[in-house]
Amino acid sequence: MSPNLIWDLFKVYEIINEISTFVEIKNKEYIMSVLVYTESEQGKFKKVALEVASYAKAVANQLGTTVTAVTINTSDSSALGNYGVDKVLNVTNPALDAFNANAYADVIKQAAEKEGAKVVIVSSSADSKYLAPLLAVGLHAGFASNVIEAPSSTSPFTVKRTAFTNKAFNITTINTDVKLVAVSNNSFGLVENTGSASAEDFAPAIPDFAVNVQSVDKASDKVSIADAEIVVSAGRGLKGPENWGMIEELADVLGAATACSKPVSDLGWRPHSEHVGQTGKPVASNLYIAIGISGAIQHLAGINASKVKVVINTDPEAPFFKAADYGVVGDAFEVVPALIEKLKAFKAQQ
Amino acid sequence: MKILVCISHVPDTTSKINFTEGDTKFDTNGVQFVINPNDEFGLTRAMWFKEKQGATVTVVNVGGPETEPTLRKALAIGADEAIRVNTEATDGFAVAKQLTKVIQDGGYDLVIAGRESIDYNGGMVPGMIAGLTNANFVNNCISLEIEGTNATATREIDGGKETVTTALPLVIGGQKGLVEESDLRIPNMRGIMMARKKPLQVVEPVTTESETTSVSFEKPAPKGAVTLVAPDNLDELVSLLHNEAKVI
Ligand SMILES: Cc1cc2nc3c(=O)[nH]c(=O)nc-3n(C[C@H](O)[C@H](O)[C@H](O)COP(=O)(O)OP(=O)(O)OC[C@H]3O[C@@H](n4cnc5c(N)ncnc54)[C@H](O)[C@@H]3O)c2cc1C
Repeated sequence: MSPNLIWDLFKVYEIINEISTFVEIKNKEYIMSVLVYTESEQGKFKKVALEVASYAKAVANQLGTTVTAVTINTSDSSALGNYGVDKVLNVTNPALDAFNANAYADVIKQAAEKEGAKVVIVSSSADSKYLAPLLAVGLHAGFASNVIEAPSSTSPFTVKRTAFTNKAFNITTINTDVKLVAVSNNSFGLVENTGSASAEDFAPAIPDFAVNVQSVDKASDKVSIADAEIVVSAGRGLKGPENWGMIEELADVLGAATACSKPVSDLGWRPHSEHVGQTGKPVASNLYIAIGISGAIQHLAGINASKVKVVINTDPEAPFFKAADYGVVGDAFEVVPALIEKLKAFKAQQ
Repeated sequence: MKILVCISHVPDTTSKINFTEGDTKFDTNGVQFVINPNDEFGLTRAMWFKEKQGATVTVVNVGGPETEPTLRKALAIGADEAIRVNTEATDGFAVAKQLTKVIQDGGYDLVIAGRESIDYNGGMVPGMIAGLTNANFVNNCISLEIEGTNATATREIDGGKETVTTALPLVIGGQKGLVEESDLRIPNMRGIMMARKKPLQVVEPVTTESETTSVSFEKPAPKGAVTLVAPDNLDELVSLLHNEAKVI
């Protein structure tokens, strides 16, 4: 053999080698699904679960891969197929009946590892916000929270998130091999898909609990601010706690959650759990109705992610009018009861 | 009990948010910096542990020299000593890594952080330090009692609250409720004088990888004008919400 021929053969060998590693990488990428944690309450999916499933599908489309969902004690996971999930890992274990951040994070981690997932998606519910940083550490995953859009690029993996309590957006890249994204509630919406998900049981190891729930205090008949499509919020303009009857009635008619400004909770007129704003709960509802709230910058920051804002205030100069879509300059004690009647009539017609 | 309170140095809540250097950096021009509100509730709770249960309270910040006035304020409120890790806070994980080193060196029983800082709103530092130091963790914590090494905490959940028991070492992500607004302390002259003599130790950072990178910032598009509806024409409001906004 001439040295030239040996050299050529060597080149051919190198090329074949390159092609086969390329094919291997391609195949690997294909089997690495996007993993999404679809949370439920009393066996039923929360709305955020369907939203993060929709988001996961968008990411999977960009990566040319599939979506695997992990559920914990969910009675029926078939709905997930309608939101783009290809495969469901169902974890059923009475030890996980009460939420435990460490254990739940560990379950999701094991599911991600089993699937070889490179992108893991969670919601921004209180529970998911609690477990996500533990999961990030467990997976050595770079973590972006409050993400509001599908990635603008998957290489580098680039997402848009809210910062400065909705006063700005931050474009962030995640640089690690495994990536964790927490999607802001009500930012991406539900995207229906025609599909069905295959389901399998998954029995991960459950770690010992070091934080144990003693009691839960939750009104089961009320919508929470986090889950509500409509939030009715009232401020110091209501003069005193005895005047909240009409606020609750308005919320009732609309199927809305009730909220309040900070001074109202500081004065003890309403519970702290209703305080919304920069230092309270964030609100990202479809409709936010502010009654007797001036619209201080700290209040607006926390509720600005709501899609449509209505203000009812006696003072036409109140800053809230600059942030609102619709406004009524008027006395809440007249406008709210009248609005309740109009809405009742409207609902009766529907 | 040794308590570490993590203090984030953030723009005052009334600040106008602007960016410089091609929208890559927060513009600190004319901005007042304060103790992150969630951290201030935690610091005040720590003072109660100090006064009622003889705890020692260290405050820590990861940041450049410009954050020292914020740490001095925490000392004036009553913390015993302060630590500044001398590096820019680039992302939540990098901050958690620096704090982990401080926690391991100091052997703290309880670490109080805020549920989130009001600048980057990451909400990840407390959980990450719990994960990195293998401590127990309670997020959105609105009440905390400690007896010996046992802890009882209440955390806010969506639509309610939940009481849990756990043990030290513990990390909490705290918020209003740990103490009330009216319990917050404004430093008095004596506190400010004493703060000057309290130790503020500057430590050099450990090396960390950068798991995420902030590329740029954007501001929300300006809002259109409000549509006003007369108080005696509420049918119009109902109709707009139904037909135009499509939210009812
Ligand atoms: C560090 C810090 C953090 C803060 N965080 C928050 C936060 O997270 N959330 C928050 O809400 N605030 C927050 N604030 C407080 C904020 O600055 C305002 O003080 C607060 O939002 C005002 O609440 P309000 O609108 O209910 O009361 P006010 O400002 O007193 O406004 C009451 C409004 O009611 C109107 N009104 C009066 N009577 C009537 C009537 N009969 N009918 C209709 N309207 C009427 C008035 O015209 C007025 O506009 C914070 C402040 C600080 C310093």
